[in-house]
Amino acid sequence: MNEMDRNLAAGQPAAAVAVTPTEPAKSKSVRGRTWLAIRHSPIAMVGGSIVAFWIACALFAPWIAPYPPNKPDALLLAYPYPSAAHWLGVDNLGRDILSRLIWGARTVLTVAPVAVLGAATLGIILGLLAGYRGGWIDAVIMRTGDTLLAFPRIILYLIIIARFGASAFNIILVVTVTAAPIIARIVRGVTLDVRNRDYVAAARMRGESASYIMFVEILPNARGPLIVDLFLRLGFTTVTIGALGFLGVGLPPPDPDWGGMVKETYGMIFIWPHMTLFPAAAISSLVIGFNFLATGLQEMARDG
Amino acid sequence: MVDILAFESVTIEHKGRGPVPNRILYDVSFSIRPGEALGLVGESGCGKSTIALATMRALPPGMKVTAGRILFQGQDVNLLSDGDLRRVRGNRAAMIYQDPMSSLNPVMTVGQQLIEVPMLHHGMDRGKAWKRAVTMLHEVRLPDCASMMARYPHQLSGGQQQRVVIAMALMAEPALLIMDEPTTGLDVTIEAAILELVRDLRAKFGAAVLFISHNLGTVARICDRVGVLYAGRLIETGTLGSVFRAPAHPYTRGLLAALPRLSLGRRGRLEPIEGTITVGDRARIGCALSPRCAFSQPQCDGAEIAMHPVGQDQEHVARCVRLDEIPARPVSLAAARPHVNDSDYDDVEVLLSVRELSKAYGLGGRFGGKGKGSIRAVDRVSLDARAGMTLAIVGESGCGKSTLAKVISGLTSASGGEALFRGVDIAGQSVDQRPDDLRRRIQMIFQNPDSTLNPSHSIEFALVRPLKRLRGMSRAEARDEVRRLIERVRLGSDVLACLPDQLSGGQRQRVAVARALAGNPDLLIADEPVSALDVSVQAAIVNLLSDILEQSHIGLAIISHDLALVRHMADWVAVMYLGKVVEYGPADQVFAPPFHPYTDALLAAAPEPDPDAGPPRVVLGGAMPSAAEEIRGCVFASRCPRKIGAICDEVVPPVRHFGKHTIVCHLDLRCGDDAHASRRIKADPAPGFSL
Amino acid sequence: MLRYTAKQLLNIAVTLLAVSFLVFALNELTPIDVARKLLGPYATQDQVDILYKQMGLDRSLLARYWEYLANALSGNFGESNLYRRPVAEILWDRLGNTLVLAGICFAVIVPFSALLGVLAGMRERSFVDRAVSVFASVCASIPEFALGVFLLAIFVVGLGILPGTSPLSTSGGWPIWSQFVLPVAVVTLYDGGYLISMIRSSMVEVMRQPYIRTATLKGMPFRNVVVKHALRNALITPFTVILLQLNYLVSGLVVVEMVFAYPGFGRMMLEAALNKDIALVEAGALCAVSVTMLTQILGDLGYMALDPRIRV
Repeated sequence: MNEMDRNLAAGQPAAAVAVTPTEPAKSKSVRGRTWLAIRHSPIAMVGGSIVAFWIACALFAPWIAPYPPNKPDALLLAYPYPSAAHWLGVDNLGRDILSRLIWGARTVLTVAPVAVLGAATLGIILGLLAGYRGGWIDAVIMRTGDTLLAFPRIILYLIIIARFGASAFNIILVVTVTAAPIIARIVRGVTLDVRNRDYVAAARMRGESASYIMFVEILPNARGPLIVDLFLRLGFTTVTIGALGFLGVGLPPPDPDWGGMVKETYGMIFIWPHMTLFPAAAISSLVIGFNFLATGLQEMARDG
Repeated sequence: MVDILAFESVTIEHKGRGPVPNRILYDVSFSIRPGEALGLVGESGCGKSTIALATMRALPPGMKVTAGRILFQGQDVNLLSDGDLRRVRGNRAAMIYQDPMSSLNPVMTVGQQLIEVPMLHHGMDRGKAWKRAVTMLHEVRLPDCASMMARYPHQLSGGQQQRVVIAMALMAEPALLIMDEPTTGLDVTIEAAILELVRDLRAKFGAAVLFISHNLGTVARICDRVGVLYAGRLIETGTLGSVFRAPAHPYTRGLLAALPRLSLGRRGRLEPIEGTITVGDRARIGCALSPRCAFSQPQCDGAEIAMHPVGQDQEHVARCVRLDEIPARPVSLAAARPHVNDSDYDDVEVLLSVRELSKAYGLGGRFGGKGKGSIRAVDRVSLDARAGMTLAIVGESGCGKSTLAKVISGLTSASGGEALFRGVDIAGQSVDQRPDDLRRRIQMIFQNPDSTLNPSHSIEFALVRPLKRLRGMSRAEARDEVRRLIERVRLGSDVLACLPDQLSGGQRQRVAVARALAGNPDLLIADEPVSALDVSVQAAIVNLLSDILEQSHIGLAIISHDLALVRHMADWVAVMYLGKVVEYGPADQVFAPPFHPYTDALLAAAPEPDPDAGPPRVVLGGAMPSAAEEIRGCVFASRCPRKIGAICDEVVPPVRHFGKHTIVCHLDLRCGDDAHASRRIKADPAPGFSL
Repeated sequence: MLRYTAKQLLNIAVTLLAVSFLVFALNELTPIDVARKLLGPYATQDQVDILYKQMGLDRSLLARYWEYLANALSGNFGESNLYRRPVAEILWDRLGNTLVLAGICFAVIVPFSALLGVLAGMRERSFVDRAVSVFASVCASIPEFALGVFLLAIFVVGLGILPGTSPLSTSGGWPIWSQFVLPVAVVTLYDGGYLISMIRSSMVEVMRQPYIRTATLKGMPFRNVVVKHALRNALITPFTVILLQLNYLVSGLVVVEMVFAYPGFGRMMLEAALNKDIALVEAGALCAVSVTMLTQILGDLGYMALDPRIRV
């Protein structure tokens, strides 16, 4: 989980996430053109489909999950493997794996987006302030962020979660606090570039307030790099949630959590490998989905 | 004798996403004889750089020669084996690029990059190659060649970098030199020096030259023959003299008529070519100019048009079916605005009076910049801007002209002196501190059409907002007013719904003008408003600005590096060098002797599309010193060709008055100075070029 | 240069101080837990209170921090509650194990990802580029524990040719070297996937630069253009990131260590955190932050060596 290291990289000039302001291509509406472009990018289509599949699972879990996710049935352990009744088999307590995966999608797809949105909100505000105001405000914000980033992220999680206990709220809080400095870096980078553009000068010439300039003139131009980063970050956060679950400090049982499902059944991999492999595959596919979407969007941003 | 380079009906296409390939070049034919220099001119998107790359078989991915042949010394470039191609590239044909900084490898020293060429092509060993490189640096007149070899590109100035690139191209003594906009982005005086160098080296090495430029003036300095490109087609070729003196194609005529010239003075109105080039024009069957051409007839469309000879001259051909029918169109000689006399200025209201204004930036130091000294971007400048008149501030990059504009507009505040706007000192007030009414009165037009409008907001948004802010209009009022504004800059109201990237550069700049006018300002500051635009579009914006000045009583302060433009537009001119105004006065007096030596050099360096122009009389060496240097005497002393002696370095020069015209110089320019008597701005024998 | 060194040293000192205080404060705000934890759930409140006083936990936070700091500066990081041994001993032991694993991984990852990244990036949108990019993207997307599970299922459960755990003892019958194969493979694929895309995009960027065209149009063969002109430029940006991987390899391997039961630093931190072994957590955190700071400085220095445009 080298999320932190990656994130540090995002502050470097030509890192994987391009920090250039959006210069949209020729077409009518922004949303319309994004959709059109996605259809031209195979990688984004694949990523989008995977993510859409899991979103559908999460939304309609009560209707499509064949069994209740937390109902153990020790009798089923006689034949726990995939069967007509249990497509993906049952786990070590005899709970239906498919149902648990479907309900687990709901958990991860709630916690990850909320955490990322929290980080984005905080990061955007701090980044805009640091980039536009400069001076000591910039120094304080970036210095604090750097100190947070200097902390090996997984260890920070461990310390905080061990201290305050494992809960969805704490995970969201930790991701928000630790991802915000990285988003702030990206927004600051765009802000530093955009604030010297002539249209910002024109806005100052008509006496616009600093907050108007930051949110109306500058922020919309950061949407390209931001959207790409948010998708990457959704991926990272999914990995984080999974890893915390695997380490036993994730969401408290018995509610299904993909990382936790791997942990609970990991000891039985030699006899019942499917119990471990299916949740591992589920989480991998969702992260691949997010990352493919980000890659596709990035390619499109470059090609215009 | 075999031509060095011959294009035979070359068509180049780009396969895009659509079903039909995109035509980049169509039916281009020309040839270059040994030792000859051919200039290709055209505006952006005409395909001129594609020609350069196709010659080297280095087209970008997706582009392909789909018809015709490109012959280099008789061999088809596209049939060469990879090995043979490499023996042509850099050896028999070498290229010089537009942006020297980015065409040199930033992590290799100049020497490492130079010696590669002879080691690669002539099998030289390192030592011999090194010696040869040093000699070549000497040839391109770089100082201190031995130490130059060990430097990295970022340690050189722009002019020096371009000299290195030229030296690199000449290392293998190629038969053909391809120069793609070699002086674009360089300052006028540096450009003049580079062009002179190219002329001399051509004579010495005898290489043929393919010279590609958007600038008619630079072509006139270098080339024997010219070709004019429009929308991927060569539309006129001939000797330099015949094409520039008697242009035949309506586009060539339009280009020449759209260009402001020093020699034309303030007479005449520029004649833009209406409309803009579109992507569709390249794919048109028939004349590509037809949609924009005043002489277009049904016969111009529908069938491809061949080259027709112009008059008796076998070499001069143009791609137009109506050559004989197009009436000769004299350049309009009607004065755009009446000529002004000295006394005319006296009763004009002075809007802005700048006195001893300075702006210093701290260098690096954390505590107010006291630590490491400072840069004096603007140093005790005094000048006036008058209502209804145009004040031009002219100078090369780094002279402080843009900083001065920023101080006046309030984007930064002065560090000394005053700027009285209708009697109120605004020098220390940044725009955030100015009262609303004052903000409304001083507005600005910016240089770069790509960044003047926010790419995320529609044109309507960009115009409604200032009306609400500066004139307190309601949404409904603002919407009506926006339509009036957009008409005033001659755009249709259909652009209002567009995002900036859906408009051309010229259209965007018009919107920027409309935005600046939204608050009904008294003073407009325009920082290089047309320098990023193509010639034909530039003329339209210049005319628009002139019309607005005529209709209203707005004062205009225009910042520019382009002397011809300044000559065309300005009533008053201030020439700046290194933060100081070295010459200031009414335009007619500034553009007539006596000149400050720097003004003199600028005038000599300005490239005019004049086939008879000889080499410039004054070529400045060196580059502008850093503004951080302590200069005790005259700021221009280090480059001045007429430097008297130690006094120039030691003593601040006096301000000499000639009527309303002032020159800051130690030379007593008044008494019978022969050097100046010879240098009047050349009176034009025939006004323009009677067509 | 002297100025730079001084500045960086000060930077490290300040960060370490801040971090140590934060961790200390976070864990000791309610120190009552510690005594309770030590004595177990059946101890009476009186017993807990006595131990609480004995450990000096009733003093103010700052006073205790000050004492801790003084001890730490003299090399005494206290005693681990969990292992009942001096913290320094455990730390060095575990850190040593982790450094071995990290060293092997680093030695594999860097050439592996540099090679693939450059191959992919030198011809943008070629088949090689597409294939490598998708491979890298997929590798970097699979969480380490999932990747570990997959490889385990294939090589241990399926083929039975590798050990499933890496306790660094030969008691299980597997030689030590074989116990490194799977952990190194997981880390290499996961982390390498990310590095490959970094290096690739930097290479793509460089190949578009005009100076590459200059070199090509000098008549240079493509190979030489890549090796002489592109390579060094393409490594400038990823260089810092490559060095930062050291940092991940030292303190971020906790998941891999858990999957393969490897006795490393990350696992120690997890156990310490779960058992509220404050002394160990504190010392480990300082250790991890020091590694981060050091790699950052190394990164800066290397950056300067690679790029002549950057000087202190």
